[in-house]
Amino acid sequence: MKFLWKYLRKYKWMILGGMGLKLAGTMVELLIPYVMEHLLDDVVPRQELAPVLFWGVVMILLACMVRLLNVTANRRAVRVAKENILSVRRDLFHAALNLSGGQMDEVGLPSLISRMTSDTYNLQNFIRAVQTLGIRAPIMLLGGIGITLAMDTGLAMILCIMAPIMIALVVFISFKGIPLYDLVQRGMDDIVRIMRENITGIRVVKALSKEPFEMRRFGEANDTTSRRDIKASIIMALPGPTVTLFLNIGLTLVVLIGARRVNAGVTQPGVILAFLTYFNMILMGVMGLNRVFMMLSKANASAARVAAVAELPEDLPRLPESEGARTDREGYIVFDHVSFSYNADSTRSTASSAAFAGASRQQCLKEIDFTIRKGGSLGIIGATGSGKTTLINLLMRFYDPSEGHVFVDGKDVRTWDRDELHRRFGVVFQNDAIFATTIRENVIFGREMNEQGLRQALEDAMAADFVDRYEDGADHEAAIHGGNFSGGQKQRLLIARALAAKPDILILDDASSALDYRTDAELRKAIREHHGDATLIVIAQRISSIMNLDDIIVLDEGEMIGHGTHEELLRDCPVYREIQQTQMGEAE
Amino acid sequence: MARRDTIMTKPKDSRGALRRLLSYLGTFRLMILLVAVMCVCSNILALLGPSLAGSAINEAAAGPGQVNFERVGYFASRMLIVYMASSLLTVLIHITMVNVSKRVARKMRQDVFDKLMRLPVGYFDRHQAGDIISRVSYDVDVISTCMSTDVTAILTSLVTVFGALIMMIRISPPLSLVALVTIPASVAYTAHMRKLTQPRFARRSKSYGAMNGFVEEQISGQKTILAYAYEDQIDRQFDTVNHTAAQAFYDADSLGMTIGPTMGFINNICLSLIALLGSVLYMNGAIGLGSISSFVLYSRKFSGPINEVANIINELFSALAAAERVFSLLDEKEELTDAENAEVLDDVRGDVALNHVSFGYDPGNTIIHDLSMRADAGKLIAIVGPTGAGKTTMINLLMRFYDVDGGSVTVDEKDIRGLTRRSLRSAYAMVLQDTWVFRGTIFENIAYGREGASMEEVVAAAKAAHIHPFIMRLPEGYETVISEDGGNISKGQKQLLTIARAMLYDSHMLILDEATSNVDTSTEREIQHAMRRLMQGRTCFVIAHRLSTIQNADHILVVNRGDVVEQGTHEELMRAKGFYYRLYRAQFE
Repeated sequence: MKFLWKYLRKYKWMILGGMGLKLAGTMVELLIPYVMEHLLDDVVPRQELAPVLFWGVVMILLACMVRLLNVTANRRAVRVAKENILSVRRDLFHAALNLSGGQMDEVGLPSLISRMTSDTYNLQNFIRAVQTLGIRAPIMLLGGIGITLAMDTGLAMILCIMAPIMIALVVFISFKGIPLYDLVQRGMDDIVRIMRENITGIRVVKALSKEPFEMRRFGEANDTTSRRDIKASIIMALPGPTVTLFLNIGLTLVVLIGARRVNAGVTQPGVILAFLTYFNMILMGVMGLNRVFMMLSKANASAARVAAVAELPEDLPRLPESEGARTDREGYIVFDHVSFSYNADSTRSTASSAAFAGASRQQCLKEIDFTIRKGGSLGIIGATGSGKTTLINLLMRFYDPSEGHVFVDGKDVRTWDRDELHRRFGVVFQNDAIFATTIRENVIFGREMNEQGLRQALEDAMAADFVDRYEDGADHEAAIHGGNFSGGQKQRLLIARALAAKPDILILDDASSALDYRTDAELRKAIREHHGDATLIVIAQRISSIMNLDDIIVLDEGEMIGHGTHEELLRDCPVYREIQQTQMGEAE
Repeated sequence: MARRDTIMTKPKDSRGALRRLLSYLGTFRLMILLVAVMCVCSNILALLGPSLAGSAINEAAAGPGQVNFERVGYFASRMLIVYMASSLLTVLIHITMVNVSKRVARKMRQDVFDKLMRLPVGYFDRHQAGDIISRVSYDVDVISTCMSTDVTAILTSLVTVFGALIMMIRISPPLSLVALVTIPASVAYTAHMRKLTQPRFARRSKSYGAMNGFVEEQISGQKTILAYAYEDQIDRQFDTVNHTAAQAFYDADSLGMTIGPTMGFINNICLSLIALLGSVLYMNGAIGLGSISSFVLYSRKFSGPINEVANIINELFSALAAAERVFSLLDEKEELTDAENAEVLDDVRGDVALNHVSFGYDPGNTIIHDLSMRADAGKLIAIVGPTGAGKTTMINLLMRFYDVDGGSVTVDEKDIRGLTRRSLRSAYAMVLQDTWVFRGTIFENIAYGREGASMEEVVAAAKAAHIHPFIMRLPEGYETVISEDGGNISKGQKQLLTIARAMLYDSHMLILDEATSNVDTSTEREIQHAMRRLMQGRTCFVIAHRLSTIQNADHILVVNRGDVVEQGTHEELMRAKGFYYRLYRAQFE
């Protein structure tokens, strides 16, 4: 909640003004039955028409005022909610976009997205509601009690005793119900998971004729959730009737005791009538408070989740030049005895290590040491999980190494401005993203570039032929996650993106795995001919993709077990030789 | 393949949807009847309350020293009984309706899931998983919430409005006239506001959807955005999206938030008029003070439900729209049922043949024109070709995930359309490029294809697939729970698990679609022996990029743009110096 206050503070006068209006509106609203009581008890018995009309008109005027005040206050509340949530979302998105690799692993993508959407939505509703219902409900409750106290202290005591009991009941039942809803939510997660599993694995399920089994499995999750849901819903349905019952008991007591007091001459009959009206008001107040409580607990949880991301400290800050490591080794890219493990890195960024992705992320790099000259090329090959991609993560500083240093152009990467460093790169990651916009936008990606450059990139990436087949060419729209392209087409677009800005450093991480050998070969030729100046790093599973590069590293469980040219490795590295044999067959 | 149909969310056939929704409720008609009866009773009781209170106050109004306490006590005790009974009934109604609505929801979810299991594979190629799931998670929820609260609310409102009206008329017909005037005012106002707010709320949901989509997309591509130093521009793009969403929220809600105060205003005016007119009537001696008080209470009861129904109508429409989405899924064409005299395929030898097959995913867009081939029992058939050439389509036809448009597919000389799907599919084991595991223990995942497999058998399969040592290193070994998206197991290891799964599955034919594409070469080398054993004596269809894995195939089909352009053994094809030759040479360039 402290987090939210940071934003609300800026609008505190607006909020206070709005709340003042709401307060005034609610107070005036409370006056109406009071006036009515006065009319019926004091004015009517005088049997004069003029004062009756006068007070009637007063009531109508009050009603007009109430509407005006409430509408204005409500609008202000919506406005405050809008302005605040705008800033909250902007900050959260900005923070999310700039998370370091370690922070991203820790929060996780699905969680980040739900914080961005449903949690901010909860906050927005809360900000709006707390300014209207949050004022209205307590005022109705307290005001109702206050006025009845003023009218007849004795009778009002009944209320004063009832109100805390009712509130306690409502709060108690709500607190019982909220954890139950949590269980329901988790049951729904199971249902969704099983559906997702079956949708993605439908071919396997059908191939093994497991449909009846899956129906049963789904049925069990469905039944469990349904049972929990029924239980939670029944409990949450209880506060309404219970509160009503208590109020009605109070009402009966008022009538009974009121009659006694009328008999004793201390109370007017009209007072009892007004009490009936105020009781309704108090009932609404209690129910309103009930809703505010529920929203508060939801908003509290959401605010905490949003703050956890938005207030993360900047990870991997830029070091001043003087603090960066130095190297006298020649080379455009230098890895100087670099070791790394994902876990060691994350302990620094935030406290909750429990949320960490899992033991499997402990893949490490050990004593990685190499240089690439400007315009040189390096191939990396190795088993899944041997740390190939991690190497790129360190080079682009998505993580910092736990030992050793990485240099680009003679400077420690930690002393580079992040964007300036990244502008030197053209990169295709494994499973890289295609965005739902035009092919043109996907390739240009926010950089300065003319039509000529775009064309060249598409041609070099072997993408021109299929792009030209669209009637609208490069203006063709990609679907979400590039769903309207095949795997090979996506890879070619991604490569075009990487080539487009004529980068100093070109990185292709498993970028051509969906291309057949022929396209792959043509691609390599185009890169050699048109991007010969770029320093090239290629990660691949196929030897043919890297065998012609200047230098090749063979990685195994994070260690360099081979380093040299294709020929040298064939001679000295048994693992490399075996890979070659299995891939190429014996014949050639 | 056309990947996406746009899904309409606007109600197109509300009446049909309503009818089918009612038929779901039909199972519970006794319970609903009970609820209706309880609603009537509960509300009549609730209406009796103010009348009794009015009578009690009338007695008390006799003035100091003249109050008849026996009468007051009589009315008060009746009030108490009536209120208690009314509350009890309300609770009972809630419980019944919660039960009905949640059970309907459960039934709907199960129906949708069962339906999914009966849909052809093609459906899943054309629809996004997120959209299908949202029908079960979101749409069914909207329907059930609407039923559990709105059905009772509508019933209650109807009873209350009529009851209150009758009571008011009984007390004072002229005063009732005042109250009646407010009804058309309220109704006209809400109808007017609904028309005004509806498009704004629609815009609001749309802009939220757009924002969610944007966020989902950009955050998934975060690493790429950072790598291209694009984040500031994306920030600015988000500002626009964010503003649109916030403005749409303001437009809709600032207008929506005037409804409440205005309804309150109408009620207050009504109250003032009743007080005014009541006073005049009282001065003429036409009505007692107590009667005015109970009349006021009734008029409050009277206006409440009108507000509520106005709110509910919106929800009702959204529930109908949701129901339509659910029903449209339930109406999808199912996988054809097996032919009436479908044979059970048993004692499979494994002779597979395609005879002049033509096929297309969309009518009019034929992918495979005229494809014939034979695979004799125990032979290894390799299918190669560039990306998108139609290799996976052939698998779809063999497994009868799709039916051919022309020609036929036969197994042991029997047309597969004359066989039961279950027996046909169980004759194949399959390892696909897209590895699939579900949340469950490793044991369950491996044993998936063969119910009742013993631990020994599972371990043996895992050993053969070279995944056993990895499993033993996990904290709980074979009892470790893994999941589809879980980070505790890599893509390569998942593929090894699916290979182990296939090894356990006893079949005569085998389909390997890029079965080792995610496994690194050294592991692939290690499991080659096991793979060979897996293929032994089975008719095998292998799709692979790495031509080395298929050189020893008995027969190679070279596919391009949906047609077999060449076929033969490796040596024959190399000698022909055609498409295959060029493909093969490309590896070494």
